[in-house]
This record gives sequence, C-alpha cells and structure tokens, in this order.
Amino acid sequence: MANRIDALFEKLRSENRPALVTYFMGGDPDYDTSLSVMKALPKAGADIIELGMPFSDPMADGPAIQAAGLRALKGGQTLKRTLEMARTFREGDDATPVVMMGYYNPIYIYGVERFVADAKAAGIDGLIIVDLPPEMDEELCLPALKGGLNFIRLATPTTDDKRLPKVLENTSGFVYYVSMTGITGSALTDVPKVGAAVARIKSHTDLPVCVGFGVKTADQARAIGAAADGVVVGTAIVNAVANVLGPDGKTTADPAEAVATLVRGLADGVREARLAAAEQSWRGNNPSGSRPEERR
Amino acid sequence: MNQPAEPNSFRTGPDEQGMFGIFGGRFVAETLMPLILDLEAHWDAAKKDPAFKAELDQLGKHYTGRPSPLYFAERLTEHLGGAKIYFKRDELNHTGSHKINNCLGQILLARRMGKTRIIAETGAGQHGVASATVAARFGLPCVVYMGATDVERQAPNVFRMKLLGAEVKPVSSGHGTLKDAMNEALRDWVTNVDDTYYLIGTAAGPHPYPELVRDFQSVIGQEAKEQMLEAEGRLPDMLVAAVGGGSNAIGLFHPFLDDRGVQMVGVEAGGRGLEGDEHCASLTAGAPGVLHGNRTYLLQNEDGQIKDGHSISAGLDYPGIGPEHSWLKESGRVEYVPIMDTEALEAFQLLTRLEGIIPALEPAHALAEVIKRAPKMGRDKVIVMNLCGRGDKDIFSVAKHLGMEA
Repeated sequence: MANRIDALFEKLRSENRPALVTYFMGGDPDYDTSLSVMKALPKAGADIIELGMPFSDPMADGPAIQAAGLRALKGGQTLKRTLEMARTFREGDDATPVVMMGYYNPIYIYGVERFVADAKAAGIDGLIIVDLPPEMDEELCLPALKGGLNFIRLATPTTDDKRLPKVLENTSGFVYYVSMTGITGSALTDVPKVGAAVARIKSHTDLPVCVGFGVKTADQARAIGAAADGVVVGTAIVNAVANVLGPDGKTTADPAEAVATLVRGLADGVREARLAAAEQSWRGNNPSGSRPEERR
Repeated sequence: MNQPAEPNSFRTGPDEQGMFGIFGGRFVAETLMPLILDLEAHWDAAKKDPAFKAELDQLGKHYTGRPSPLYFAERLTEHLGGAKIYFKRDELNHTGSHKINNCLGQILLARRMGKTRIIAETGAGQHGVASATVAARFGLPCVVYMGATDVERQAPNVFRMKLLGAEVKPVSSGHGTLKDAMNEALRDWVTNVDDTYYLIGTAAGPHPYPELVRDFQSVIGQEAKEQMLEAEGRLPDMLVAAVGGGSNAIGLFHPFLDDRGVQMVGVEAGGRGLEGDEHCASLTAGAPGVLHGNRTYLLQNEDGQIKDGHSISAGLDYPGIGPEHSWLKESGRVEYVPIMDTEALEAFQLLTRLEGIIPALEPAHALAEVIKRAPKMGRDKVIVMNLCGRGDKDIFSVAKHLGMEA
C-alpha cells in the first residue's frame, strides 16, 4: 500500500503549501465525541492527524494536554480503544495520514509486537513517542519500521549538528521540530529563529520538517508555514474541546464544530503561508514598490 | 546443580546504555537527551578527579558530620530477645537524613557543569530541605517541586525550605505527591535547559542518575562495613532499609552486594494493605514499566497508566523504585517485603520509648521489619538497619494518626 504520509507531502509540494498537522486527544472527553472531532479534522482542512494516546504522567505536556489526557482516561479511554478509534475513522477516510502520539509505557504494557501489528491493521501511518530518543531505538522504533509504520522523531533546539544525524538516522515520514525548549502549549516567541532551525535540519535530510509546540493562531501558522513543510497545532485544538465542556464535564456546544471552526482558520493560514512569504520577499526587493494585489 | 547463573559480581552495573539487566535506561524527551549525555560526561570526569572526591569528603566530614555513628541498640535488642541490632545513624546528619550525602555530591557536579539554578522534587521534604541547604551553601537559587498533599502533611519541612531561601512550588496534579512533583520538575528542566541542574533525590530517573545517586549514598555502606568490623570483628548477617525510590537502601546495600553471607531486606510501604490500591509496594505488587526516564517496577493498571499509591510516609509515597532495586529483586540478591502503615506507627513509638530516638516514618518501616525478624534470629546474629532520617518532621502527622494533640 502506498505510504499515505509520503503521498501527502508529494501532493503538497505540487500545491506549494505546507501541511496542517492537527493533534487531538483520543477519548477526550469520551469516545464518541472524540471520534466526531477526529472525523471533522480533515473536512475542516487538516492534512495530517496526530491521534493523542492519553497517559497518566505526560512529562512533556503543559496543563491543557495534561487535563485532556485525564479527561480521556476518566472517560474510559485505553490504548485498545484508541486503536479502535483509528480503525473506525479509516472506514470513512483512507487518505488522511494518522499518526499516534504519546508516551511509551502503555505501548510497552500492551506489548510492542502486538501493538505494531494492531496499529498497522487499524490504518495507522506512524508513531511519535515522546520518551523514546534514538538511544532506545531497539525498544519500539526498529520493530515499528520493520512492521511498516513510520517512526517520526522529535528534533529540538538542544539537538545540535553533531547529534542531528543520530536523531535522523531511523526517522521516516517527517521530522517533528519542537520550536522551543519547553512543554506543549507554551508561548511561541521567536519565529525567525524557528526558520533558521528548520533550514539547519533540512541541510541534513530530505524528509519534510514540521514545526510544533506553541502554534495557536492562523497568523502563527502562516508565519511558521513560510519556512516549514508543516505546522503542528495541538494545545489550541485541545482547548477548543475544553472550552465547550461545562463544569460537570458535559458538552455545552458541539466540540466537533468548535474544533472545525478553529481548524478552518488555521487551514487558511497555512494556505497563505508561502504567498505571504513570497509577498514579503517581493516587498523586501521593492521597498518603494506599489502594494501587490490582495490575495483573498 | 540447576540454579540460575549468578553474575560474578552484583556491583558492576549499569552497563554503557545505563541498564541494570532490562532495567534503567534513558527514556527521556529529545530535549533532555543532550543534557543527560553532558551530565554523564561530567560525572565520568568527576569520578576520576581526586580533587572532586577530596572536596566531597571534606564537606561530608565538616558540614554533614560524617562518619555517622553505628549504634548498638542495646535496649531494643534486649526487648526483642534475638539478633543484635545496630543502627547506621544517618538521621544525625546535618539536615536530618541521608539525603544530604547525595545533594552535596550533585551540587559539586552542577558547579563543575557551570549550572546556575537548581531544581529538585521532594516527597517528605527531606530531599527538598537538603537541596535547599546545599543551594544556600553554594549560593545558587533553588526551586523545589512538592505535591500539594505533601506540602500539607510535611509543613515543618516546607517552612525550613523557605527559610533556606528556596522557592517551594506546590503541585496539585494527580494525588499531589512525589510522582506529580517529579513530573513538574521534569517540565521545568525541559523548559530551562541552559542554566538549570536537576538535582534528583533518589536513585531513579534516566541514566546516569541511578548510578551517581547510588555512588554518593554508598558512603553509608562503606562506613557501616568498617564500623561493623571494628565493633564485631565481622560482617553483619542482615541489612535492612526502607525503600521509596531506594537511595538510602542502595547506599547501605551496594558495598555489601558481593559479600554473599550478608542477607539484605528492602522494606516497601504496604500502606493500608496490598489488596487494593492504597499502598506503594511497587516491587511486591507492581510490574515492570517505563516512567520518569527509566524502566523499573511500577504500580500501574492493565493499560499501563500509573497509579497514585498511598503511604503514611510521604517519602515512600512513590509508585516506582530505582532500577537497580528492580534488578536486585529479579536476580534474587535482595528480598523486598511490605510493611503496613499501622506497623510503622507502632515501630515509631517503640523506638522512641526504648531508645530515645524519634525515627522518621520511612525508617520506621524498616524498623517494623527488624521487629519481626530479630526475635527469630539467634543472639549471635547481627542486623544493621539504616536509620536514614529523624522524625521531627513527622510528629504532627503521627499525632494526628494517634489521636493526640501535638
């Protein structure tokens, strides 16, 4: 079967635009609601779905994703149910790449071999496992690659040029660049620095580079998307769900619609990213030039 | 002749990957990976540097008050009517527990690495106090993460940390105990990678922490060995120590691991009993898993979600254990047993009245196991128990449990 991630980036290259990568928490606040959110994502313009696997101790996540994970666990989500969610989603969508993101322990307890087989059968395209650096590749990365799943590695501002080749060695699908040292949901501060970091990684690999951590608005998506092959949005989506939950945990509006509204705006942002960058460079070259025509 | 193959030595771990058998390792986010590799390089250099050891020994002697005495508990021995009981009295250290041994070692490492800010997690507050103490001594700012539940039940230590100039940040996620404090400390570290040194308080976490904490705490066992040879002219028959994360136990055990005649018992928090979830006996009732940078025995459900656990003792209230203990359990070299809250409380009172020593609730667990074992052993046998902390911090919560006014 064709690799959905490679096929997507091939298509986006011809469209000259970056991917919108959307993270949501599987099972937040319950299975059915969460599945409706998942189905809404590609319809609203998401190109890749990151399906969050809840974990009791998410050490790299900020308060929003921590709370989402606890809501999901309270709602009865398990790794088995998350795989079931992916399988159900696949029945209606065979094109959108789905990447599972989370921490290693639930997979370790599920059993690595069984997990890789079940994930593949459920139509999963790749894995992002926060607490498995290249030093631990034998745990899951190598079995996953062997089983036909992409293993998408995080590169960070602390990953220097000496270390990058090690990080990239067994990476496939795309590289996830973490825009800052910090936890998910922190404020994004230095966009030009992110652009330089993306260029640095691209000098080491032909893989697409997607940037995440701290991207919340369409404007940020537009700015980051000028340099990156993809823009990852997570906390903002998780917050869109949280915002329509009452104090009793019941929904006060449709979470799928709330997420779709946000994602439509972000999708517009990434679609304008390259145009905005071209415009900026055109302005830079023609400081006295007249204003180019409005794009929208 | 069908016994499983035993290693030639139990003291060679961890291997180059930071593993003790299948336990240990480096399960951390990429952001932290370069930092722990840097720590490992500095630690390897420090180990070989005589000046590092000399400074640590000097501080141990004049600041901590080492060596700590090996005390023959004559009245307790008489009361129990069996083996002779000795206490390794690390509760007499500056700051009131064994934690200072590790904190002094690590702050010297932090200084070598040019770090200017210290963060730490704490359960009972003993490690928090020791961290705040060495930070004050070396003039570095210090932030201590502490579960909100623990902030409440260990109030004297919270005040002590604040007096020492540390900032105590209560953590209310989860049950608000040590596990949650460690998560929050890791979140701080991943955010402040340039200037911050994470001073882990127990022999757990990603490699090289389990090794370096063990080595800094091994002074306990090294001294105990010499002192025992002086007092009895031979090695003890049994060592007993409480295990939460397991740093005081590994510190006592490690120098004796290859002395096959010395039996070792690690005592876990049995809480309100092992039937439900209200205990912290990860080795007795848990299963191997991955948390906080290492693979080790954990309390978890069938989906791999970590449980919160319970213990009367904040210092033992952790659902994991240092990876070397997991390995020592599986290799059969050390036996691990649970002690209930109520048994620890009884031991706490007995020691206070018989020997005039108020133990912390953590070593009170070890003592409860000694109380069970000593009477069954001959009078010619010798037990060394690590009295790793003093109980001043616990008197208010003990009073509450006993229905007394403090």
